[in-house]
Order: sequence, then C-alpha cells, then structure tokens
Amino acid sequence: MTAETETRPTITRTIDARGSFCPGPLMELIRAIREGAVGDVIAVRSSDSGSKIDIPKWIEKAGHRLIAVDNRDGFDEIIVEKAR
Amino acid sequence: MDEPLNLVLFSGTDDKLQAAAVLAAGAAALGKPVNVFLQYWALDAFRRDRIDRDHGLAPEAGPEGRTHVDDLRKAGQASWSETLRQAKDLGSIDIQACSLSMDLLGISESDLDPLVDGVEGVTAFYLNAGEGHMVFI
Repeated sequence: MTAETETRPTITRTIDARGSFCPGPLMELIRAIREGAVGDVIAVRSSDSGSKIDIPKWIEKAGHRLIAVDNRDGFDEIIVEKAR
Repeated sequence: MDEPLNLVLFSGTDDKLQAAAVLAAGAAALGKPVNVFLQYWALDAFRRDRIDRDHGLAPEAGPEGRTHVDDLRKAGQASWSETLRQAKDLGSIDIQACSLSMDLLGISESDLDPLVDGVEGVTAFYLNAGEGHMVFI
C-alpha cells in the first residue's frame, strides 16, 4: 500500500487522533473536513481499531475520496481528499 | 437517512449513557437527525450540578467492569457528556426532557445542563420520531 506513495497528493493537514476512542477520530475528521476547502487532503491518525473500517465507510457515504488506509506501528493513518 | 434515530434514555449510569452518546454521535456523523428523550434517572444525570459527577455503572458491570471502564477513562476516553457536546456540534441532535420525569424529580428547566434543549411530553416525542428507529436504553 505504501508503494504508491510518490503518486499521492500532498497532505494538507494531519489530525492526530491517537488515544481518542470511537467515534472521536471520525468526529475530529468531520470537523477538519468542514473547516477545509475542496481539494484539501487530510490525514487522520487513529489508534482505535474501528476507524480503519468506519472512516472509509463514512468517506464513501459523505462523497469524499479515500486515498489510502495505511497500517502504521500501533495506529492507522487514513488519508482523504475533500471532494465537495 | 432522513428518518431520525430516536433514543429514549432511562438509565442514569455512566456506562449506559456512554453507549447512548456513542450511538448518537455515530448517527450525527452520518447526517442522521437524532432525538433524545430523557426519562427518570437519565434525566437526573443531566442536572446541571450533577452531570460531571460519578453516576456509577449498571449492576452487571461488577468490580471487573468498573476496572475496565476506569482504564478506558484513564486512557483518555471522553465522558458521555463531552461526547454529546461534540456530536451536537457535528450534526442535528435534539435533547428533550420528559415532562413527567421533570415532575417526578421536582426540577425545573433551569436545573438542567445546557445540553438539554427543552422539555416536552411523550406525544411530542413520538410525533418528532416519525418512522425512525426507537431505541430504549
């Protein structure tokens, strides 16, 4: 999954939601998406095991673009582009 | 997704209120309107001067459950009231106190935390609930 790193858009903002429990990371991401502009690329880091499932589902439903879900050491990083 | 999620909160222990707050926040995150109706001991927990105190746990928690809940809190879990505050910020969550329960507890609207939007009777709650799911906690 990290092989395509060089083709990825630059991350505009990183939200460190590690240590926050469900649904905290998603709520933090939603707030950041609202504050951002279309085209912004936001990375959210979460140590909650539900986020890697929940956040991509929310992104799809909300009509944004999922760029990557990376499993890091002790957390997941989900990258999303604000599409609307 | 237009039909609301309707949560009737009866229990006033922190574990049940936490579970309810998470359900409300998840629905709000999806853009689903949420109606919360506070009855009995849940309403008591929303009193302005009591909302931040320890409300205990459901009997089935036992000492082991108490330890698990305390550990999660120490690890940084937001309280149920804080989760609800954040969720209200994200989406449409309307929290109403049951008027009968207000009479039962002998309290007035000024005794309630600002998280509570108003006081209504059960009929108004049902009318607002529409065809959405009804959950009793």
